[in-house]
Amino acid sequence: MSVLVYVEQAEGKFKKSVFEAVSYAKAIADQQSTQLTAISIGDVAESELKELGKYGASKVLNVSADQLKTFVNQAYASVIAAAAEKEGADIVVLSNSFSGKGLAPRIAVKLKAGLADGAVELPSNDGKFAVKKTAFSGKAFAITELTSANKVIALNPNAFGVKENATDAVIETFAADIKQSDLGTLIKDIVRATDKVSLPDAELVVSAGRGLKGPENWGMIEELAALLGAATACSKPVSDADWRPHSEHVGQTGIAISPNLYIAIGISGAIQHLAGVSSSKVIVVINKDPEAPFFKVADYGIVGDAFEVVPKLIEALKAHKG
Amino acid sequence: MKILVCISNVPDTTTKITFTNDNTEFNTSGVQYIVNPYDEIALSRAIELTEGGKGTVTVINVGEAANDPTIRKALAIGADDAVRVNAAPRDAYFVAKQIAEYAKDKDFDIILTGRESIDYNGNQVAAMVGEFLDIPSVSIIKKLTFEGDTATIEREIEGGKEVLTVSGKFVASCAEGVAEPKIPNMRGIMSARTKPLTVVDAVAIEEVSKVTKYETPAPRGTVKLIPADQTEQLISLLHSEAKVI
Repeated sequence: MSVLVYVEQAEGKFKKSVFEAVSYAKAIADQQSTQLTAISIGDVAESELKELGKYGASKVLNVSADQLKTFVNQAYASVIAAAAEKEGADIVVLSNSFSGKGLAPRIAVKLKAGLADGAVELPSNDGKFAVKKTAFSGKAFAITELTSANKVIALNPNAFGVKENATDAVIETFAADIKQSDLGTLIKDIVRATDKVSLPDAELVVSAGRGLKGPENWGMIEELAALLGAATACSKPVSDADWRPHSEHVGQTGIAISPNLYIAIGISGAIQHLAGVSSSKVIVVINKDPEAPFFKVADYGIVGDAFEVVPKLIEALKAHKG
Repeated sequence: MKILVCISNVPDTTTKITFTNDNTEFNTSGVQYIVNPYDEIALSRAIELTEGGKGTVTVINVGEAANDPTIRKALAIGADDAVRVNAAPRDAYFVAKQIAEYAKDKDFDIILTGRESIDYNGNQVAAMVGEFLDIPSVSIIKKLTFEGDTATIEREIEGGKEVLTVSGKFVASCAEGVAEPKIPNMRGIMSARTKPLTVVDAVAIEEVSKVTKYETPAPRGTVKLIPADQTEQLISLLHSEAKVI
């Protein structure tokens, strides 16, 4: 019995959401009085792998094979499941990232395991292994009991937090047996906007809606986001009208996010939009309509015209930052 | 091209979500059901890829007879025929196993789903079907095109996108961007009544998970309103009270 956490790398580095998954997996390992092993696939320097010890991984399996330099869903799932079996790990933890969402279900089938994805808390420690996960697009949580012997959990970003737990991580090479039939997908290109904060795991998000009147008015939204180090997002009508890309659409049919701070500007707060953002820790609403439903779920609000309030907010923020 | 599209029967997006029986069951009273919006995107792309006699689209749903109106809606949008696996869907593992069992000897070229269902938000079925059938799966795709039998796919990743190719059979879960959802026209609605809807039995599979209880998010306190000309007060509250900046 042990816990295995998959640590997803991007260009040889681990992101905060990975350290969060390791922290979460370590807390489960403690609950089960067992050890935590991490598995990394791709080219990652030893110094970066050692970082995982800081959050409680006592062993790191390093897989670096030529065919696995970039993400191959099927092959990565096979390697992680094989490592779980070899290590005798009955619990596998991943980040509920885009890649994690593709891996977790395949690992679950390989291990005949129940899968709780979108987990927001530690499993119950009462022998039932019940995991609280998001459901109904943020309108509710489902307490899901994993009744199988093996278990897979995909943790939502920003749900648990990063917790240091200094351990000296031993790094081992894990020789993966790669089947040709697992290499059916071939990556041609990876495009990353490096100057922007990625929305799904952003801690701060500035979002705007139809109240902005047109795509030409997003300059102030981007300026505010850049000052805060926040990601930008938008409501459905805005992405439907192609004012902003679909990848920025948050809400029930867009992506669900749970940042520490969500600033909604010129968004009325339709139930479908609220569903995707209601698990944000702090919500600020700026809207000229005092009756906008968004104010009912906000922590802080300003009733006012976005075109007047946002520039003033930018000024105030600049003054605050000195 | 022969395409299988998996559709889920979900509460309408405007539904107020409540629970009964000591919060152990979803309260279905007064709830309108729809085709899961992401599955509609998958279905719409499948129809585009097969239009003009270039192939067929079959939709599959795992559920009880109450789901038939939703399945007919998918037929009205333009699927050629439908299959319902007659069982209450227990979890994604169960649903994926049923779909894989049905599909394994039917020679579908591709299998499409939505990126997630808007009720359980799983995004599990596509990759699980891929695993049960031992074929590639690509999750949360934004674009799907074909050149011969090689598909080019754009997949969302944190802060960007990945472009990949896959030859041969595969499963993909579709997000916004793959297609504009099609709206059924009158002819579609009329013809949906007579299109074939086959009901098949479920296969047995071990239980791996069960939902034991539901919770609703804790209500927030009353909003603290700040005058529009005092934005510096908001910054100071976010810094010292909320401690988020």
